[in-house]
This record gives sequence, structure tokens and C-alpha cells, in this order.
Amino acid sequence: MKEALKVPTIAELQAQGISPEVLFWVGCAGSFDDRAKKITKALVKIMHSAKVSFAVLGTEESCTGDPAKRAGNEFLFQMQAVTNIEVMNLYKVKKIVTACPHCFNTIKNEYPSLGGRYEVVHHTQFLKSLLEDGRLTIEGGQFRGKRITFHDPCYLGRANNIYEAPRELIKKLDAQLVEMKKSRRNGLCCGAGGAQMFKDAEPGNKDINIERTEQALETKPDIIAAGCPFCNTMMTDGVKNKAEGQVKVKDVAEMIAEAKDL
Amino acid sequence: MTFLPNIIFGLILVAGIGFFVRNIQRLRRNIKLGVDIPIEGPSKQRWANMARIALGQSKMVRRPISGLLHIIVYLGFIIINIEVLEIVIDGLFGTHRIFSSIGSIYGILIGTFEILALLVFISVIFFWTRRNVIRLKRFMSPEMKGWPKQDANLIIYFEIILMGLFITMNATDVQFQAMGSGNVISGFIAPLFEGLPLHAIERTAWWLHIIGILIFLNYLYYSKHLHILLAFPNTYFGSLKPNGHLNNIESVTNEVKLMMDPDTDPYAVSEDGAEVPEKFGVSDVFDLNRIQLLNAYTCTECGRCTSECPANQTGKKLSPRKIMMDTRDRLQEVAKNIETNKGKFISDGKQLLGNYVSNEEIWACTSCNACVEACPVSINPLSIILDLRRYLVMEQSAAPVELNNMMTNIENNGAPWPYNQMDRLNWNKE
Ligand code: SF4
Ligand code: SF4
Repeated sequence: MKEALKVPTIAELQAQGISPEVLFWVGCAGSFDDRAKKITKALVKIMHSAKVSFAVLGTEESCTGDPAKRAGNEFLFQMQAVTNIEVMNLYKVKKIVTACPHCFNTIKNEYPSLGGRYEVVHHTQFLKSLLEDGRLTIEGGQFRGKRITFHDPCYLGRANNIYEAPRELIKKLDAQLVEMKKSRRNGLCCGAGGAQMFKDAEPGNKDINIERTEQALETKPDIIAAGCPFCNTMMTDGVKNKAEGQVKVKDVAEMIAEAKDL
Repeated sequence: MTFLPNIIFGLILVAGIGFFVRNIQRLRRNIKLGVDIPIEGPSKQRWANMARIALGQSKMVRRPISGLLHIIVYLGFIIINIEVLEIVIDGLFGTHRIFSSIGSIYGILIGTFEILALLVFISVIFFWTRRNVIRLKRFMSPEMKGWPKQDANLIIYFEIILMGLFITMNATDVQFQAMGSGNVISGFIAPLFEGLPLHAIERTAWWLHIIGILIFLNYLYYSKHLHILLAFPNTYFGSLKPNGHLNNIESVTNEVKLMMDPDTDPYAVSEDGAEVPEKFGVSDVFDLNRIQLLNAYTCTECGRCTSECPANQTGKKLSPRKIMMDTRDRLQEVAKNIETNKGKFISDGKQLLGNYVSNEEIWACTSCNACVEACPVSINPLSIILDLRRYLVMEQSAAPVELNNMMTNIENNGAPWPYNQMDRLNWNKE
């Protein structure tokens, strides 16, 4: 077992009379999925290095309800939402950062009318603002000159019109950002959204993640960059099928942390 | 006797416009079968959207070739129709080219119309070729067989004929040709008619042209071509929220609040009584909201949505265009039912879900919003898909097994996987 990362919960901080600058919403994937946990840790390390005062809800966090809502179960969604909102309002949460575009979309767009009004940012937006405020520096490190293509998560891009923040961060790595034919608002879904992650696909002639991975591989990338734990899983699976060992799938936060040797 | 043509013209005009008004009333009645929802957000922004997307065709040009051709036909349609005003006045009062008295501007005006008519002619030939010779993939989907294909071609033939009649009418008009201005295209065609009974041809073309326009106007209600009118209200009513936003069902909110609030008596009847709706989600067109029904009538079956759909691209049965076409077809079926039953809908044992849209289609959607982004007239097929899912899950508990497992996990452990909520922070120790 490695040395535990210092991750304060909001309850601990408030007991000490500290109210953190931002609540880090980890999300279910970020908490439990082995691949996504690495992204979570990378983001924590970056926030430490930028001296961000943050906290997590820890065991008080629960699924936002997004997969239930997109599967049609509005009851379950709203039960989850109302519970989470109660907890966050109790802690007087003002600003939330999350590495999951699904959590981001739900808390930002669907919580307000249920009484949860917060400033919500995706981690790529947050890291960009840290960079602009001079609190974070990004070095190229091992990514200098690498060909990197960015896969737009639907819930960040088309759903919320955020296309540039992740790209600006990648460029700061001194990497060569190469675009797929289908990118930004035309980007193809990885196949996980709308609760598809949790079920088998309907009959067809191809898996969506394979189609998308092929589009990404057309750019001859060294790395496929992602900004969503679900996209990450889908693209990682796609690469396993197509170009195992030659191309890596990495979250933008992971690259920044690795380049800084965090 | 000399007034006979004027009277006939007047009657045709009144009939044409009368039928059109009746069609619009039907359209309103059908759309009003849907649920009334509040229109949120500033109207200023809505007008701006209409100006940009419908009037300005901003989303059409994302596909440059079809976008450009479409703009030509669209401008031609609007501008050449100024000529209809003159035709109507001439027809009613027995004048001939009443506006020609305004002098040289008239020549410039008609010249412009003629050039546009030619461009429209060429553009619709392109459109025809794409559908019938090149057979672009997005026009060949299963839902485009039969009437939809015929409808599209009919519209093209209408336009070809109307433009042809317009030019012929000008080319055989001796007086107009003699003016020597404005006949920029028809001047070249005129020699073809030499030796023929010009006046008779001119009159025939003139009559057929205006009758054709009136028929076309009344054809709209039965056709995907309604978009030429409905694109405007539809872009006005398009959501101003981010695409990712999915409405929270209010009646569910009320129930959830009741359940979560320890002070309320769950068995108490709510004051206004009617709070609990009969049904969650959508199984038929009556459950859809009016904007969704307007969407269905506005859909021009272009298939831009379907060609961007990840599920469709990978061979799944789902096609967002088909969702819109099904909605419209079902709504028209309901409308006919209402008409034959003297204003009342008598259940026909059918509904949108199942009889038109299958569960397989609904469950294939990734909610990626590609269809919403692609639609040039602000239609949202995704909202209908998700509303149908809501019915399947909340009314019929008919979700795929894996999704039921996922939801049970969320309910019990606060995560879609079977992990304990108490382990949520374990990642930092690993
Ligand atoms: S939201 Fe659904 S229907 Fe629309 S493009 Fe994506 S997968 Fe297809
Ligand atoms: S929904 Fe929009 S994009 Fe799809 S076919 Fe209809 S008009 Fe075209």
C-alpha cells in the first residue's frame, strides 16, 4: 500500500472552521473504476501543487443520478439529486470541480431547479483558470512534441459548448495537437452516454467505440486524450482492439501531472 | 362576359387561400393536442435565433454544397414570390403586368426573378440528381422508402414546373419581350416559340403558374415541405438551454419532496388534488409537448441528424429522423381519426410507442446530442427518445435487465456498480 494522498473531506475541514475554495466532486467512476481512479489522483496532485484548498464529500457523495435519468428513471434521479443537494447545501458549497462531464452536466444544468445552485466547472476549465491565474505551470515533459488527438466528450462539448479548455491545456504541453476529422461539435460519441455504459449495445454492425477509435487512429497519434472517465474506458477498450501498446489513452489531467512528475 | 376570367380567377384564389387557411387551422389543432409547456427565456434571444438559423440559414451552410443550393432555392422562393402579387392584381382586375408602369425598375426586378428562376431550376435538378442518381446515403435509409421519397421528388417536380412556367410565360409575352428589359433569360427562350400561338401559350402558362402555386401551397400540409413555413416558429421555440439540459419532471419533484420531507403525511391528499398525473413519460403523441409536435411537422426529412448519429452509423436500428417522421405520421393518423369521428378522438388501439417506434430503437441512443446539433431547424429528436424511455421505465418497468441492475445499485449503494458507498474514499489509500 502506497502512502495515502492527503484528501480532506469537507466535514473534516468544516470541523476545523475552514471552508475550502472548491469542492472536488469525484463521481462514481472516479471513486470506484480502477482506470478512472488514476485520473482522480492526478487531479488531486495537481491541486496540491497549485495550493488549491479543496475538499471531497467522501462517503457523503452519492451518484448524481445521471445514468438513471438518461435511462428514463426520473424518480431515482431526483431522489439522488435531492439527497446530494441537501448535503451540499448543508456544507454551503459554492463552487464544484469535477473530472466527469456527466456529473458536470447534471449538477450544472439539472440541479439548479431542484434547489442546488453552484458554480460548476469541468476540471479542464478549472486547470485552465489556475494556469491563467499563475497558480499552475504546465511543462511539456515527456509529452513535448508528441502527437496528441483530443476526443470531445459529448457532455462537455455539444452538451455544454466547452471545446477549447482541454485543447489549450494540451497545447501547453508543447505537444502537437492533431484533430480528428470529426471533432468539436461534430465529434463522434464514444458510445457510453445515455446509460449505454451499463448495458450491451443493440444489434448493429460495429461497436461505436471501435468506430471512434478508428477515427482517432487515423490521425496517427501517440496519445488519445480524453476528458471523461467513460470516454477513457471506451477508447482504452477500442485501442486494445486496434493498436494495443502503440497508442495510449490519457486524461488531460494525467498528462499534466505526469509532465510535472507529480 | 369580359369579366368571366376575373371572376374565375377570384374564385380560384379564394378557394386556394380558403383551403390553406383550413390546413393551418388543422395544423394548429393537431399541435394543440400536445401538452402546453411554459416558454422559458428571453424572447429577444428567440427572435435572434430565428433570424440567424431560419432567416439566415446559419446551420444549413455547415454542409457547403447542399447549403449553397438550398440558399438559392430559398432566396428564389421568397423573391420570385413578389411576382405573385402582380399576378394576383392582374388576375383580379384584368390588367396586364400592372407593375410595368413603374419604369426601368420593373425590368431590373423581373430580370432578377428570371436569373433566380434559372438558378433555382439548376439547383433543384442537382437536388433531384442527389436523390435519384448519386443516391446519397442519407436519402436511402429504410425510412425513406415509399411516400417520403415520392414526396421529395414531387416537390422537386413542382419547383421545376413552376420555374419553367414562369420563364415560358415571360418568353411568350410579346409586349414584355418588346420592352427589351428584364427578359435576361426568357429573351433566349423566346425564339423557340416563333410561329406558335404566343398569346394562347402565354395565357396558359400564366394560369397554370398561379394555379400551380395555389396547389403547392395546399400540398404543404401533406408534405415534409411544411418546413418552409414552420422553420420560423420552430427556431423561435427551440430551447435556449445548453443541449445537455434535460428537464426535471415537475410532478416527480413534488412526489420526491413529499417522500423526503419527514413532516408531510404521505397519505394526505394534496390540496389541488390534480398534482399526480396519470402517466409519466410519453407513449403517444398526446403526451408529447407542443414544441415536440411542432418539431415533427417542421422536420424536412433531410437526414442530417441520422447521418451524424453514432448508433445509426454503426448499424443500429435507431434513426433520429425516423423518430420525427413516426411522430408526425402518428399525429396525422390521430388527426384523421378526429376528423372522421366529428372532432373526437376514438381510441384506435395504437400509439407512438410500439406501433411506430420500437424499444430497440429507443434503447440504442447514447444521448450524444449529435442529432440536435446537426438539425438545421432546431429540432430535438433526443427529447422524444428520452421521454419514451421515461414511459418504458416508470410506467412499464421495461428497462433492459442490465439497466435495472444499474438502477438498483444506485438505489442501494449510491453508485451504478455494486460497491459500498462507505468505500467511496478508498481510492486515496490504494
Ligand atoms: S442523441 Fe441519440 S439519436 Fe441523437 S445522434 Fe445521439 S445516439 Fe443518435
Ligand atoms: S430532424 Fe432536422 S436534421 Fe433530422 S431529418 Fe428532420 S430536419 Fe433534418
